[in-house]
Amino acid sequence: MSNQPGAGAGTTTVRNAVVIGGNRIPFARSGGAYAQSSNKDMLIAALDGLVARFGLQGERVGQVAAGAVLKHSRDFNLTREAVLGSALSASTPAYDLQQACATGLETVVGLANKIKLGQIDSGIAGGVDSASDAPIVVSEGLRRVLLDLSRARTPKQKLAAVSRLRPRDLAPNAPTTGEPRTGLSMGEHQALTTAAWGITREAQDELAFSSHANLAAAYERGFFEDLMTPYRGLTRDANLRADTSLEKLAKLKPVFGAGLDTAATMTAGNSTPLTDGAAVVLLGSEDYARANNLPMLANVVDAEAAAVDFVNGQEGLLMAPVYAMPRLLQRNGLHFDDFDFFEIHEAFASTVLSSIAAWESEKFCRTRLGLDGALGKIDRSKLNVNGSSLAAGHPFAATGGRIVASLAKALAEKGSGRGLISVCAAGGQGVVAILEAR
Amino acid sequence: MADTYLGLVNTPLPGKLAKTLGLPRPAVLRRYTPGDPLVPGPVLVLGSGPGADALADALLGWDQDVRRHLRPGEKLGAVIMALDAVSRPEDLGAPLLELGPAVRALLPGGRVVSLARPAEEAGDPATAAARQGVDGAVRSVAKELRAGATANGIVLLDGAAADSPGALGALRFLLSGRSAYVDGQFLRVSAVPAPMEPADAGAPLAGRTAVVTGAARGIGAKIAEVLHRDGAKVVVVDVPAAGEQLAAVANRIGGTALQIDITAPDAAARILDHVKERHGALDIFVHNAGITRDKLLANMDPARWNAVIAVNISSQLRINDELLASPVFSPEGRIISLASTSGIAGNRGQSNYAASKAGVIGMVRATAAALAGSGRTINAVAPGFIETDMTAKMPMLTREAARRLSSLQQGGQPVDVAETIAFLASGPGGGINGQVIRVCGQNLVGA
Repeated sequence: MSNQPGAGAGTTTVRNAVVIGGNRIPFARSGGAYAQSSNKDMLIAALDGLVARFGLQGERVGQVAAGAVLKHSRDFNLTREAVLGSALSASTPAYDLQQACATGLETVVGLANKIKLGQIDSGIAGGVDSASDAPIVVSEGLRRVLLDLSRARTPKQKLAAVSRLRPRDLAPNAPTTGEPRTGLSMGEHQALTTAAWGITREAQDELAFSSHANLAAAYERGFFEDLMTPYRGLTRDANLRADTSLEKLAKLKPVFGAGLDTAATMTAGNSTPLTDGAAVVLLGSEDYARANNLPMLANVVDAEAAAVDFVNGQEGLLMAPVYAMPRLLQRNGLHFDDFDFFEIHEAFASTVLSSIAAWESEKFCRTRLGLDGALGKIDRSKLNVNGSSLAAGHPFAATGGRIVASLAKALAEKGSGRGLISVCAAGGQGVVAILEAR
Repeated sequence: MADTYLGLVNTPLPGKLAKTLGLPRPAVLRRYTPGDPLVPGPVLVLGSGPGADALADALLGWDQDVRRHLRPGEKLGAVIMALDAVSRPEDLGAPLLELGPAVRALLPGGRVVSLARPAEEAGDPATAAARQGVDGAVRSVAKELRAGATANGIVLLDGAAADSPGALGALRFLLSGRSAYVDGQFLRVSAVPAPMEPADAGAPLAGRTAVVTGAARGIGAKIAEVLHRDGAKVVVVDVPAAGEQLAAVANRIGGTALQIDITAPDAAARILDHVKERHGALDIFVHNAGITRDKLLANMDPARWNAVIAVNISSQLRINDELLASPVFSPEGRIISLASTSGIAGNRGQSNYAASKAGVIGMVRATAAALAGSGRTINAVAPGFIETDMTAKMPMLTREAARRLSSLQQGGQPVDVAETIAFLASGPGGGINGQVIRVCGQNLVGA
């Protein structure tokens, strides 16, 4: 629409993209409260909660972008289907995006950029994942037989296709978090990095304990009352253990890294569980927010993606954000000291600790990142202050939306300052981003 | 829960059987739908004096067929008895004896409305007796009416004219389908100086912003829907745990959902901040949130007692303090609190609940005195037996008895409570302040 302020063709000045608010459903453990819910169901629930919070019923939002990591082939148009099932206007366009665990953050970056360029005035970014309702794929052998069968015309051709079927072809391929090129699970990959950086069990357990304590405290002070809408009877993240202790965490048996020379340190307590959930973020231009009397929590400043060669063992699978970070900071002329909040996604406690160790290492920063010295220290009192994935759980594509909405609210509460987000992803990828208080 | 008996008795054969056996025959009530005529037939205005003439003129102005005498064979939509000039008990005879045959001519869903002045303002005992007499006569007529017809009264306070905006607003409400389950009640109206828009113009609450607490389900959700139907922007509030249902209500009515526990110390501030940011000003606040924790007093524990007091009355007192001190709350602001017939009559096993609901009535009267003449009003609505999830959980026989114990011989619907609240929230409801309006079908409990 050419008469919308700032949205006209030929707009070249970059304007601010602001986070207006967010909504997520409480995250459930896989096989728990949302065992019977599909990705579409959960994404609709997250969207409808957002619509209710901000009164967006029947509104044509500029665009909705979301995605899922574990996705059925029938969900090829997941986000658009969710929009059609939501209280938004059916004339709201949508697209799917898939970038492993960085999916949610990347949708925020993409829509924020469109807003900055004046292509849209408002957008909803987010993601959803269900480890409970994961697709199960037929074997490659069965798949080929079925395809040939569909093309067969004569009984003879049909018989020939079926006759190639072997009993082993009937076993389905269960979903895994294994890397296609290495066959190693994400946990085993991280175990290599954990060992390489000498991250101790105690340090990992301490980080996990802080995550639970911080998330529980955030609930206690009502932090999530305008960030979350209950779903299917769940009113809090099911994974949260408000009563956990370092002693309890210390008792858990290691689950990853058993085959390494060093002692295994990664447990179910300091690794994220498989989780179901959805999260969305409402973004807009300043004009859009003002015209609709909507709050402006924070600006989406900038973002950077990186990838590493983990296949040949050059770098750890989840270390890509470490490389993205100096590029983002340099471009914006900022240092770690310039930030008041750090949101480093806790895929595993040791992922966070390996990244921090890498940024503090002069040798690593010189040789791998090409810097003059260490990138810097992160003040641990500013890290994941309202809890992160170890406590909340990690429905892969939903994590970015959770982090962006929570960080934007924390910045709005403080009234000043900046926040830094770091999210690692499968495939040796990572995305980092900066939010700024208004 | 569906009232199976009500459905059955309104079909031909079972209906005939019920009549033969002398069983209760509850009628399907005439409820309001936008665009409906005000009353189902001509309006007969009885009585003499300035009140009768003024109301007859007003009805003509509303395009109603007005009669001053009963015509043989003609069916009536409503009868208005102007008794505002009575000064001796003997004055009641003529109009009431004329009402007798008129009642026979009432159409289903018809209305009887009396107009009188308050006994306590009478200058002499004979006038007071006559005025108080109206009360007893109308309540009795209400109990004699059948087929969903009701009888209610308007009481003109402080010398208010019969055609003052508040009185006419109350009259339209009582004649319309909005008052379907209000029966045997008296609306006491004072003279309101400001002119007011008609009550059932399409959207009487257009441009207003309302907050409804406890809006995730039941009566609260219906209040939100009716305020929205009448044109208001509605902010629905409920505890975070009810957020899923609350979001569904908000999305159904194009409102916004606020997940707040109203007992939190900052609840009022957060509600006011939200309304200020999104809508600028707040016009209507409906205190609907309430809980029950029933136990005989002998078995009552502090947790049950304190929770009910905290939610049902303490939170309202705290919110009202902040509301009335806030510039966000409109100079014509309306506060409506949910009371209960339990708070009027008491109820076995509900000492905590009845204390809280009687407390609401006390709060409303005291606050109203402070608001008098300010443009703002506060009132309470006391529902009787209403068909909700809560009453569906009652034992079957108790529920059946509770339904038939009212003059309308049935439970009310959540919409009946909501309609009365919407009326009190509207401009024409502005003549009413500090009242407790019962929406109970003239239930015997607390009568």
